[in-house]
Amino acid sequence: MNHLLPLVVALPLLGAAALVAAGRRLPRVAAETIGCAVAAATAVLAVVLLVHASPDAVEWVGGWQPKGGEGVGIVLVGDAAGTGLAALVSVLVVAVLAYSWHYFDEPPQRHAGSFPALVLLFQAGMCGFALTGDLFNAFVFFELMSVVAYALTGYRVEEARAVQGALTFGVVNSLGAYATLTGIVLLYARTGELGMRQIGQRLDAHGGPDALVLAAFALVLTGLLVKAAAAPFHFWLPDAHAVAPTPVCMLLSGVMVELGVYGAWRVYATVFAGPGGIPAADAERALAVLGVLTALVGAVMCWQQRHIKRLLAFSTVAHTGLFLVGIGLLKPEATGGVAMYVLSHAGAKAALFACTGILLDRYGSVDEHELHGRARELRLVAALFVIGGLALAGLAPFGTGLGKAVVEEAGGGGFTVLFVAVSALTAGAVLRVAARVFFGLGPKPLGDPPNETKGEDEEPETRGRIGRVPGTMIAVPALLLAGSLAAGLVPALSTAVGRGFGAEAGRAPHWTLSGVLLALASAVLAAGLAAAAVRGPARREPYRWTQPLRRLHSGHIGDYVAWLLAGTALLGALALPGVLTG
Amino acid sequence: MSVLPYLIAGWIFLVGCYGLATSRHLVHAVGCLTVCQSSTYVLLLAVGYRDGGTAPVFSDVTPGSRPLVDPVVQALTLTDVVVGATVTALLLALVIQVAKRHGTVDPDELSELRG
Repeated sequence: MNHLLPLVVALPLLGAAALVAAGRRLPRVAAETIGCAVAAATAVLAVVLLVHASPDAVEWVGGWQPKGGEGVGIVLVGDAAGTGLAALVSVLVVAVLAYSWHYFDEPPQRHAGSFPALVLLFQAGMCGFALTGDLFNAFVFFELMSVVAYALTGYRVEEARAVQGALTFGVVNSLGAYATLTGIVLLYARTGELGMRQIGQRLDAHGGPDALVLAAFALVLTGLLVKAAAAPFHFWLPDAHAVAPTPVCMLLSGVMVELGVYGAWRVYATVFAGPGGIPAADAERALAVLGVLTALVGAVMCWQQRHIKRLLAFSTVAHTGLFLVGIGLLKPEATGGVAMYVLSHAGAKAALFACTGILLDRYGSVDEHELHGRARELRLVAALFVIGGLALAGLAPFGTGLGKAVVEEAGGGGFTVLFVAVSALTAGAVLRVAARVFFGLGPKPLGDPPNETKGEDEEPETRGRIGRVPGTMIAVPALLLAGSLAAGLVPALSTAVGRGFGAEAGRAPHWTLSGVLLALASAVLAAGLAAAAVRGPARREPYRWTQPLRRLHSGHIGDYVAWLLAGTALLGALALPGVLTG
Repeated sequence: MSVLPYLIAGWIFLVGCYGLATSRHLVHAVGCLTVCQSSTYVLLLAVGYRDGGTAPVFSDVTPGSRPLVDPVVQALTLTDVVVGATVTALLLALVIQVAKRHGTVDPDELSELRG
């Protein structure tokens, strides 16, 4: 079975190559059908592998097995976390290709295959990153998915903002990737190995941690956390999400950012968790501090946005912070909870972006204030948007609520308050948008403060403004939300997730009474916040005290690079105590 | 093996970052990113270097008779170069589009996305 692992990466690559080669001659329908078929085949393959996943499933590509403990080959790992993420990526790619079916802007003349080909390349990069067990290969796949993501973000090259956002995204992420590579080289210098498990074993054999291990830890995690958009590495994300085409946003927010969190978890668990790596207390401190910071910054900034895509982007930042806190607890049951949360969050967030895309194509705007009351006739979209907001809040049967409840239980009191507050605030912002845009509630907000990105006068992504919403554009968010709901309702799934992350039987994610009550509480709190915002005086947001925080998001590449370096230093400082005493 | 190449690699990385943070021209910024990346080449080759070693080509060397430099890092460096070329090309293409659409390549004047 493991011999099929490389196919998960190879299949989309072959599909992309075929589309690039034949795209000029193919009509648009054929190109999009090929794209969907290849993505769906990969998804089926990934699901089959997921069913047969085991923690020890490894495949040495090309048969280069390690000899006498020394390996030069490249290893792929088919455990539940890796294959599960590959399956999630592939399913979401299918959803995205179906969503953009025929709707997406006229592709460049005689290049019908370019968009599906890029999406398939993106899928190959993400699946490869999820499955690789080799640190250098992780860097290569990381760069492959990054480069495709820059290209997809700047897909509409004729638009001023799109190219600017893509450039910021590219520079910051590439710098992070080079920091990761520097860390990987340091680890290779110490151990002479590139396989993650092999590096971990050699580090442990070498003895306690020292400055080199600390530097490697800070540098490797820098790149992964840039991808995961942890504060203070997150500045590129809202800029990129504000300008990227909607289907691309669904992938960026739904899975790519979470792959950064996954990378941080995988690298810590397999490379640095042993006695030769970073002590658990220091890793917990580093991940929890960055996670709490990210969650708070994301939630506060999310509440202040009027550009709906930016609002959803900051909501992703806030949730990534929660994921980081969850994996930072270093408990198998908390990691299983994070996996449930990520799974369900991907569906909900992608569905919300899909609904925003409908607004953009219908009204040529994603500005909450300008759209006030204009989308009253889109009842179905309104229902989906509200359900998506409630899913984001973690309402009871949704998988988000289950994952959140499990992590809260593992983390204890303070973390519970954080999780409830952050999910209520981000979901409250989404519900506020729904109330204003779809139901026209409350007075129209006034004012035009500086330092703000508005969403007026955006170009629709369809050939022209759409009159009737196409069936695929409604069906995709509906199915994604159904999947998000099913994640919390199917006990077999949560048991499997728990087993995949090594939680003992009985500690797999499951609903408890307190979990249900907390899930309801955050949903009620979110609705209350939205109601207060809509019914309050005409102009309450943005608040004056958040001005300094808003000014940090200056859109300037130089500032973001400076923050990246500061973040690396912070990461090193947070992990330093254990190295000094160890 | 001296510590000098490692210090140089660190220095190049920081110089590149300084250039990126203070850049007033986007082409210069992309150049600085490439400078940052060159530090990884230096570091990789320094890690694989062996005193008195020869190139890992076995046609005229009896195996085991002389030390060889590490061929793995050379392969990694080549991969790194290819990745870097792709990224630089794409970013420069984006800079051209920025220049066309905004009429400027000064990052200080690009202020549409903020807050």
